[in-house]
Amino acid sequence: MSVTTTDAAADPAEPAKTPPEAYLTIRGLWKSFGDFIALRDISLSVAQGEFICFLGPSGCGKTTLLRAIAGLDPQSRGTIIQGGRDVSVLPASARDYGIVFQSYALFPNLTVERNVAFGLENTGVPRAKVTARVAELLELVGLPEQAQKYPAQLSGGQQQRIALARAIAIGPGLLLLDEPLSALDAKVRVHLRHEIKELQRKLGVTTIMVTHDQEEALSMADRIVVMNHGGIEQIGTPTEIYRHPATLFVADFIGETNRVSATLRGGKVALGKAELRAETDLPEGTGVTVAVRPEDILPHAGGHEAAGENRLAVTIADMEFLGSYWRVHLSGEALEGVPLVANFSMNAVRRLRLSVGRAITVELPADRVLLFPESRK
Amino acid sequence: MSVTGAETLPPGREPRIRLDRDGIVKRLFMGIIALYLLVALALPLYAMLSKSFVTYRFDLTAYEFQVSDEDRVFGEPVSAADLNEELQVFTDQQLHSSSDGRLTAVDLFPEFNFRSKVLYRMRGTKEHAPWLVGLDPQDTTEWQEYDSNTFRRINLRPVASVGVQNYRAYFSNPSLVSSIENSLFIATISTVITVLAAFGFAYALSRTCMRFKSTFRLIAMMPILVPSLLPGIALIYLFGNQGMLKNLLFGHSIYGPLGIVIGSVFFTFPHAMIIITTALSISDQRQYEAAESLRASAWRTFWTVTVPSARYGLISAAFVVFTLVITDFGLPKVIGGQYNVLAIDIYKQVIGQQNFEMGAVVSVVLLVPAVLAFIVDRQVQKKQVSLLSARSVPFQPRPNPRKDRLALLWCLIVAVFIAGIIAVCQFAALIKFWPYDLSLSLKNYAFDRMDGGGWAAYRNSIRLALLTAGIGTTIIFIGAYMVEKIDGFRTGRALFQFLAMLPMAVPGMVLGLAYIFFFNDPANPLNPIYGTMTILVVSTVTHFYTVGHLTALTALKQIDAEFEPVAASLGQPFWRLFARVTVPVCLPAVLDISIYMFVNAMTTVSAVVFLYSTHTALASVAVLNMDDAGFIASAAAMGMMIFYTNAAARALHALASRRVLRRTQAWRAR
Amino acid sequence: MTPIKTLIPAAILAILGAEAALAETELTVYTAVEAEDLERYAATFNEDHPDIKINWVRDSTGVVTAKLLAEKNNPQADVVWGLAATSLLVLKTEGMLEPYAPAGLDKLSPQFRDSDTPPSWVGMDAWVAALCYNTVEGEKLGVPAPTSWADLIKPEYKGHVVMPNPASSGTGFLDVSSWLQLMGEEGGWAYMDALHENIAAYTHSGSKPCRMAGAGEAVVGVSFAFRGAKTKIEGAPIEIIIPSEGIGWDMEATAIVAGTANEEAAKTLVDWSISPKAMEMYNVGYAVVAIPGMAKPVEHFPDNIPEMMIDNNFEYAANNREKILSEWTARYDGKSEPK
Repeated sequence: MSVTTTDAAADPAEPAKTPPEAYLTIRGLWKSFGDFIALRDISLSVAQGEFICFLGPSGCGKTTLLRAIAGLDPQSRGTIIQGGRDVSVLPASARDYGIVFQSYALFPNLTVERNVAFGLENTGVPRAKVTARVAELLELVGLPEQAQKYPAQLSGGQQQRIALARAIAIGPGLLLLDEPLSALDAKVRVHLRHEIKELQRKLGVTTIMVTHDQEEALSMADRIVVMNHGGIEQIGTPTEIYRHPATLFVADFIGETNRVSATLRGGKVALGKAELRAETDLPEGTGVTVAVRPEDILPHAGGHEAAGENRLAVTIADMEFLGSYWRVHLSGEALEGVPLVANFSMNAVRRLRLSVGRAITVELPADRVLLFPESRK
Repeated sequence: MSVTGAETLPPGREPRIRLDRDGIVKRLFMGIIALYLLVALALPLYAMLSKSFVTYRFDLTAYEFQVSDEDRVFGEPVSAADLNEELQVFTDQQLHSSSDGRLTAVDLFPEFNFRSKVLYRMRGTKEHAPWLVGLDPQDTTEWQEYDSNTFRRINLRPVASVGVQNYRAYFSNPSLVSSIENSLFIATISTVITVLAAFGFAYALSRTCMRFKSTFRLIAMMPILVPSLLPGIALIYLFGNQGMLKNLLFGHSIYGPLGIVIGSVFFTFPHAMIIITTALSISDQRQYEAAESLRASAWRTFWTVTVPSARYGLISAAFVVFTLVITDFGLPKVIGGQYNVLAIDIYKQVIGQQNFEMGAVVSVVLLVPAVLAFIVDRQVQKKQVSLLSARSVPFQPRPNPRKDRLALLWCLIVAVFIAGIIAVCQFAALIKFWPYDLSLSLKNYAFDRMDGGGWAAYRNSIRLALLTAGIGTTIIFIGAYMVEKIDGFRTGRALFQFLAMLPMAVPGMVLGLAYIFFFNDPANPLNPIYGTMTILVVSTVTHFYTVGHLTALTALKQIDAEFEPVAASLGQPFWRLFARVTVPVCLPAVLDISIYMFVNAMTTVSAVVFLYSTHTALASVAVLNMDDAGFIASAAAMGMMIFYTNAAARALHALASRRVLRRTQAWRAR
Repeated sequence: MTPIKTLIPAAILAILGAEAALAETELTVYTAVEAEDLERYAATFNEDHPDIKINWVRDSTGVVTAKLLAEKNNPQADVVWGLAATSLLVLKTEGMLEPYAPAGLDKLSPQFRDSDTPPSWVGMDAWVAALCYNTVEGEKLGVPAPTSWADLIKPEYKGHVVMPNPASSGTGFLDVSSWLQLMGEEGGWAYMDALHENIAAYTHSGSKPCRMAGAGEAVVGVSFAFRGAKTKIEGAPIEIIIPSEGIGWDMEATAIVAGTANEEAAKTLVDWSISPKAMEMYNVGYAVVAIPGMAKPVEHFPDNIPEMMIDNNFEYAANNREKILSEWTARYDGKSEPK
């Protein structure tokens, strides 16, 4: 598993991912607020029609990056090219995008209809055409009957859709969504995820969405840009990001991992008494963090099956029922006190009749053992 | 990993976002309004400050004399400075003067006799060396010859120079310095009384279940609608030598500090009450529940919860009242008797003695307490904001018969005081000739037959008020919008913000005087506005700028900051957003600013007393001048005209607000 | 939004409207003539000269003087018509007046013109000091009617006398300067020291003491005859008393402001201002006018006024104004509330 560069093009896992017809290209983007570096050396490309998510914890710079693309918080260094045009120093009004903020920023004193029409009026488009377009847009977001209401009379989800309709009304080349779902409650959020994605696909508009919710990013994005401390950790498709996290941060931030420090010796790392083989091209003797996702740990009936590559004999110390699966805490002599958590499916638990105190064998497949070189400090 | 160790930007230039039309227009607007504030505020104040350092001095080195003997043979020329050196006639102190000073030339010639045959010659040795022969001004470097009888009528005139002499003269004049003491004294006493009275009143309004709250609130606001000197007139009718309630004073005179303090309490009361009511209304119900659960007594709760939670409001109210009293000029003028205060000194120096330089000095002195009070108040205000929490639960008073009765009593006393003063003024206006002819008459409304500008003054005032409300609100709101909603341009905005806050600290008279110095200078291209309605509008707008600006800012801060980016992304210019969304959403604030400007333009005396001309005489100044000329009943009548006009304007404002709100703010209702 | 939208054009129109020009000659005339007389003066003048429109700029003597001085380098006025001669003398020393010998100058009493030739100013009428005594309050309080300045320093007047502050009132200054001329510098200040003990208040204007006496706020008001007569007409129970030592006076006078753009019209006005018709017009309110022998008695004015006017030295008053006022201010001003 390679250490990623900041550019998806260099990711060997998906060699041909950067499409030739990149719609948005960002090169060497930096942003500082006084002494604080908010963005460092950001480079990325977004293909025409692609749905990109900027994902990361709060303060990672994802919103700053979005605002730089929008021309709201201009970058300190670097270039932004959109649709073949260098927009780096263009003011917001001269760029080509629609935007939806977390607050939706709907004009409270205008009706839904007037809100959606705001960008269409005063542009030389005949009134009748505007009216037709607004009706079409409201139809599109599924709120045709709310045209005469004021924003305050709508639910959060409805307001969100109006904001979306307003943003796409002018047919922008780029749609920017700044945490558009975070103000909504969980049910509505899940529903809207689907709708937005659907709409985006229908319109084919290149879209960038900022979110701190990994589930949202995984379920909606064509590609995810994982950010941390102002830099890009990894760019990739949701499965790539999940299956092949480029950094320990990504592995940790997306999904869960069991972690333990080890040193690479003869292509193997020690986990307690056991030795695990990992697929890696890191050089011999590298200090690494071993990461294994709980769902990648496979259960086998105990005893005789303990022998074999990457297999450990363990005891079930505790089990939590989490609905669709069980979270199982494993302990055992072989682990030498290193805690190991595994997610076992309902089926597996039933099939193997797992219960607290049972001794079992678990397998950690070599291709699922992730190694990250320890950062030298 | 991708996060490398680099902690600094790579070398290169910060890219500058190209200004779009919006950016240019916004900067242009802000520039214009900043320029307005600069011209209407900063430059005049600077002109005044430099004027206060203009001193007048007899320059003895600039004159040369020649004296003849009886046979009219002239001796050697000798300079006046040398003569004085030799004879020590004038001390250095005596050579300082005001612009109107005169120095008798013969004092330098002890052997002078006007009957002698001796002739005198004199000339200036410098470019500017003025003297008077009798009343004829002379200023020449040619020798002029005078006989003795003429020479005794020669007076030297002082010339302007720059120095701190005016300040030295001011602080060595005991009667002027006593004004500082007097000003501080009455301001302090008035502040203590007003804040206590207003606290009781505000407490009753917000913390009890007393009845008639809205009526009381209405009455408490009445003083805002009249010029500050009106209570002075009422007090004369009540407690003057022919006063209706004269005996209540037990022989004390109402003229002087007593009258000033009572009148000040009247006109500052609503200001204090508004601030304290606001402070009390933001306190948290949960604190009281906590106190109750701890079984604290009501008295203890009052001192540990109520007073501390309102303390910033109390401090703020105290400073506002203090500033209002110390800078007020109308009231001491009407009822101050011989009790001199700083504001009166300015008026006397400028209007009475035409000593503009000394007027400027007193203005600078008056700026000090006002600026100090302003700075402290700003600090306190900042803290108060942080007290507000969105999670606070508003306090809900519960009935408590004893407390409610006490509150009612207190409010009744205050209301009778306020309404009584107004009623007395109305009564005074209708009495034919107090106290000898008590029949009712409208004779006192025949303003055209009196000093002050007549009915034209009243019409001018309405014009001024409308213009101030219209233009002022426009300038203030647009200015506040630019400060709040412009991106980048941080230094410019900070400077603008400072300029916008400055008027609060500048007393109206000081501003007015500064305007004389600045605008009445023929070298100033804006000189033509001097003496017109325009300068009155400018000074009034500027004088009341800050409160309007803060009101607008507060309203604008409540608007979503993302509106501008959204509009920009939709390709819409900012002014369209401004007109379609910002102004309609802020309409209540806009209306508030305009009525504030209107009412204050009707009542202000201090901001305009140096600036009005005959064609632009104003009702508020007419009140002052009619009282000055002894036409007190007519002054009261004009004061009441202002009151009714303002009351009507407020009623109209309330009506308009409600209607406009219903129409344009339907969105507020869910 | 509507009010603002409609207000801005209205505002601009209103401002411009004030400056709208008329076809006839307009004179900006600064004056301190009593407000109630202004309209009558202009109307009478226009009977003879309908083509000259007078734009009055009226205020109290002190304010008009201050205004003129403030505008020294940029005069706004064409003519000063009806300002105290002492003020005009101050303006003359600043070189602000245009000397002009109006037609009919020789008819004027010599005291009523500037002694220079051509004169910088010409007089209109005299404006004399007088006491206003409230008979009702006097009786009630046992304060007898004064007959002389000397009476006023008697103990029974303590706290019952009001007079104008000479620093702000022309009337106040003419009182002070007349006392200094009548009694000499030393005697004058000694008199004022004693008077100060009896003064209840120094007012800002010269009218107010008489108004206060009229309203019973004071018993004796040191004021001027014109205001006394007017107040009496209104129904105040007052007597107008001329003190036996003689009374200070000043005159209302007329002058052309140097540098006026309307010199011809200004001259026409000044010519007219000393015509017999103008004198008759002044005589309605003033018992002494500039042309000797013309004045008719005025209601409520004591008839002995001309004899009682002191021989006023205007040059002394003008050249010592600053000294007198600073001395006066140092002695009596700024004292707290008198008892």
